[in-house]
Amino acid sequence: MLKFPKIISIAFGLTLCATPALAEKLNLGREATKAEIKAWDIDVRPDGQGLPEGKGTVEKGEQIFAEQCAACHGDFGEGVDRWPVLAGGLGTIKSEDPVKTVGSYWPYASTVFDYIYRAMPFGNAQSLKPDEVYAVTAYILYLNEIVAEDFELSKNNFASIKMPNEKNFFADPRPDTPTMKKKKPCMKNCKKEVKITKRARVINVTPEEDKEAASKE
Amino acid sequence: MTNELKKPELSRRALLKSAAAGGVTLAASATGAKALEKETKENPITTKQDWNQVLGDGVDANPYGSPSEYEKNVIRRSVPWLTASPESSINFTPLHELDGIITPNGLCFERHHAGIAEVDPAEHRLMINGLVDKPLVFTMEDIMRFPRTNKIYFLECAANSGMEWRGAQLNGCQFTHGMIHCVNYTGVLLKDILAEAGLKTNAKWLMPEGADASGMNRSVPIEKALKDCMVAFKMNGEALRPEQGYPLRLVIPGWEGNMWVKWLRRIEVGDMPWHAREETSKYTDLMENGKARRFTWEMDCKSIITNPSPQAPITHGKGHTVLTGLAWSGRGTVDRVDITLDGGKNWQKARIDGPSLDKALHRFYFEFEWDGRPLLLQSRAIDSTGYVQPTKDELREVRGTNSIYHNNGIQTWHVNAKGEAENVEVS
Ligand code: HEC
Repeated sequence: MLKFPKIISIAFGLTLCATPALAEKLNLGREATKAEIKAWDIDVRPDGQGLPEGKGTVEKGEQIFAEQCAACHGDFGEGVDRWPVLAGGLGTIKSEDPVKTVGSYWPYASTVFDYIYRAMPFGNAQSLKPDEVYAVTAYILYLNEIVAEDFELSKNNFASIKMPNEKNFFADPRPDTPTMKKKKPCMKNCKKEVKITKRARVINVTPEEDKEAASKE
Repeated sequence: MTNELKKPELSRRALLKSAAAGGVTLAASATGAKALEKETKENPITTKQDWNQVLGDGVDANPYGSPSEYEKNVIRRSVPWLTASPESSINFTPLHELDGIITPNGLCFERHHAGIAEVDPAEHRLMINGLVDKPLVFTMEDIMRFPRTNKIYFLECAANSGMEWRGAQLNGCQFTHGMIHCVNYTGVLLKDILAEAGLKTNAKWLMPEGADASGMNRSVPIEKALKDCMVAFKMNGEALRPEQGYPLRLVIPGWEGNMWVKWLRRIEVGDMPWHAREETSKYTDLMENGKARRFTWEMDCKSIITNPSPQAPITHGKGHTVLTGLAWSGRGTVDRVDITLDGGKNWQKARIDGPSLDKALHRFYFEFEWDGRPLLLQSRAIDSTGYVQPTKDELREVRGTNSIYHNNGIQTWHVNAKGEAENVEVS
């Protein structure tokens, strides 16, 4: 029973003084059943781990999308009003106004499946069956010119999908501005003159309530 | 004789007074207390007030207390144009109305992706599965039986100040910096819960997941989980508020708020990250060259002057003035806060007052004689690792203006001769 993996004992060593270390298991909780794990364990990884059995075509996906998604995301994923845009935006990522979509930005197709399966349609989450999620995922990939019109997405061919922007993600390089080691901050006579270069009042987008209050002043 | 104990009706005078006060609270605060006494022609010392004479409410009038009616302006506010629906939206902590380092529970900013889940704690379960010796399920009662710990931590949304990348936009520290709060969490260490299930040797990542209709999921490296993460059920001594994840939330000290999964119902243990939507589509930092940083978890050292600020002008005219604000760092404590009154020509050290705790808000004060001339106020924080809060231009030089997240640049308030403050940037 007192089987402790190495990694835990190392962590205990590091934080010994700060927190009460447990000498042995407390025997709290109970074992999760297979059915319980199956009910909740819906996450999908880039390597395909977690994908349920199933398949769906672009054509089927278009139908589901029109019925359950297009009201917010638009027939072609262009986004209605301020609801999220799901397609297009290719070539905008380096521009002043990047349009980040599944096709222009997302590094992995598995994220599309994982997210729709758990969170969409908005307000009726986890109502789609695996085949339906394969189909709408295929349709969104098609809208982003990643798969052809006659494509059928399935558990078996999922890992073969490569996203165009995958290579553009990199690890966090911070701190990326000078620290005390490199440059002590200036305290006296740091600049000759100071000019105001930007003002919030010019843009004037602070919520109404405060604008009204301000005008009353 | 309960009748006798009944509180008399408010007098006509009191009604008139409170009606007037409701309409002109802002005007009154802008002209200052001295002027107010003259204007109302009623000296608050020589004039008897209703509360000097009549009985107030008895106990139980308000079994769960609420702030004074004179504090009704102290509320969270949202910026409606930011988002498509209030269920997938954000509001902001009124930092300019607060003091000390603790945020009251009802004022902690909210960020939901599918509205506020109203979870019945009796029906709530936490499951640990994946690369463990034995997948486990805990009830809330089970979780309370682990050794408890109390910690004060700030939680900042990575998008705090995100609207300011291209220039000064929103007039008020509530809107520019209000996606932050700092509370005392009571909970249990995540490593203790994981130890019950027994981590396999190839356990490298965790995926916490929420019970709400967004099923929020993120990837957390195991080192962080075992170092200081908590599973919390209380904030500031009482149960988590529903909007903060009642009955259970993950606490990831110093790291971006999105990872602190609310309504926590499952933690899967794995050997690689999941690349969930909230760590690919969102919460990745796009650089000017089209490349994007991922897993930018840590919150950099940052500070903000909360008073004076656009929503909290100087109302007393020239003379002795108290400047105050907040500083924090996701890497440790704050060592020092510098203040400039002249847009960065000269700096002086502010006074940090109150507890200086790891990954918690720090309160600073700077008292000075205001001569009535316009001010360009800035604060600059330096943390225990020697990290220096950069200027906004220093950040833009490295990152461009499209990265949305992690804007910890120095904020400037321009205070004019009337004491009104505006969000500006300076050369
Ligand atoms: C009622 C409006 C609505 C409907 C209907 C809807 N969505 Fe969404 N969708 C949203 C909102 C709102 C978000 C962002 C949610 C958040 O805050 O996390 C979103 C996000 C998404 C995203 C991620 C976008 C991004 O850039 O990160 C995808 C993919 C998506 N929806 C797919 C679908 C699919 C597929 C359907 C139909 C099965 C659907 N949605 C139905 C409102 C809707």
